[in-house]
Amino acid sequence: MRASGTSGGRSILIALASTVLFAVVVVLVVSNAPGWPEVQRQFFNGGLFRESLGVIPEAFFLNVRIFLIAEVVILVFALVLAILRSLEGPVFFPLRALAIVYADFFRGIPTILVIYMLGFGAPALQISGIPRDPLFWGVVALVLVYSAYVSEVYRAGIESVHPSQAAAARSLGLSRAQALRFVILPQAVRRVMPPLLNDFIGLQKDTALVALLGPVEAFRQSQIEVAANFNYTPYLVTALLFVLLTIPLARLTDWLVARERRSRLALGAAR
Amino acid sequence: MTDALRVEALRKSFNGTEVLKGIDLILAEHEVVCLIGASGSGKSTLLRCVNLTEPVTSGRILVEGEEITSPRVDANRVRRNIGIVFQAFNLFPHMTVLENITLAPRKVLGKPKAAAEGEALELLDRFGLADKAEEYPDRLSGGQQQRAAIVRALAMRPRLMLLDEVTSALDPELVGEVLGVIRELAESGMTMLIATHEMSFAREIANRVCFLDAGVILEEGPPEEIFSAPANPRTQEFLRRIIEAGRL
Repeated sequence: MRASGTSGGRSILIALASTVLFAVVVVLVVSNAPGWPEVQRQFFNGGLFRESLGVIPEAFFLNVRIFLIAEVVILVFALVLAILRSLEGPVFFPLRALAIVYADFFRGIPTILVIYMLGFGAPALQISGIPRDPLFWGVVALVLVYSAYVSEVYRAGIESVHPSQAAAARSLGLSRAQALRFVILPQAVRRVMPPLLNDFIGLQKDTALVALLGPVEAFRQSQIEVAANFNYTPYLVTALLFVLLTIPLARLTDWLVARERRSRLALGAAR
Repeated sequence: MTDALRVEALRKSFNGTEVLKGIDLILAEHEVVCLIGASGSGKSTLLRCVNLTEPVTSGRILVEGEEITSPRVDANRVRRNIGIVFQAFNLFPHMTVLENITLAPRKVLGKPKAAAEGEALELLDRFGLADKAEEYPDRLSGGQQQRAAIVRALAMRPRLMLLDEVTSALDPELVGEVLGVIRELAESGMTMLIATHEMSFAREIANRVCFLDAGVILEEGPPEEIFSAPANPRTQEFLRRIIEAGRL
């Protein structure tokens, strides 16, 4: 995608030409397909597109809220899980085992099943004091599932910090917890930023699964529009909204990966 | 007067392999003792045991009369009084030099930020690193990194410094500046236990030299005696090889 170097102008021209050529080929193939007129009518209705743009973004705002709330909780909860799993010594065996079982369990079950079971099961218990709002349980399900993945990402980061760093911290009199807090975790989190953000791109999309419990977020809203108009164009609008939300995060991830690589190179050169 | 450091019948095994086989060693206050011997003779392990980085298998270690190997002792409190500098520097790469140095005084001793930074800058100035305070470790040369690591240990005002082959990872032209720092520390009266391969430096700086071989101190004495007239055949053999390698 990026054209740079000494022959910058020439590279840009080549990149541009090949992109245009590629686009033309794709458009020709699709528009010459036998079913294209029908698909065009069903998915690319200009009037309905504009109409949907007036309704769906409002529902999409619910996805964004679900995402932001879940993200914050996941970041904290997953870190706790990762720290539990990195505790040393026989005393902490039950906590370590619990963290391992948790990660295995919630990475193993399809997200959709967790959402159904929690969303319909938990309110059905009719325990007084626990929320019955399906939206609440949808968010809880996403937190449970994604924390399992994110805790593994954190753990990989913690384990990637060389033991000599902990030794140096402890030799200065820092406690185990202080060494973790001030020396190990800052380095670990920095290293796993890209895979962490990658998981959050997944989370953004999976907010649509909460619709299965009833809340009208973007996907549910577009289903309503589709049913009302006998036309699939609203899905296109929803897809575009999700992509628009994902792109900044994806580019941020790329940028962080590049920065991490640069700093590693600089470190290698200094040695 | 109590000894700064007293090691008694220290034994250390790793998975059944005995690395230290009964070490007895006493350091008086202000004394500088160099540990020499081939790689794998147990020099580093001895230092790590004194710093409580490695639990001892048997034997006792006393620092200023207090037995630090006792299970009732708070290891964190002991470590803050014993500075250790490693061969690989082990600076914290995500912190500036100043943050590296002030971390332990602030978090362990609870010093206010301004006071800790003032003291750190004083130490940096004393060791010629004042202009590197805001740099990250990867921007420093090996010699500067090692000097910063020494300052980081000194910032805790340790009663005893342990130096573990601190020049072994450095390019030859950078060794001198680090040795200069250690020389100054010795002159200021710091009690130091130094594992080193720099024989001429050991000869110059040490009050006493201990030759370690296969986990025991085979011979110890004033440097002129050990280097000029070693009594033990193993010491003679070791020094002959060092001289042949042109390192003495």
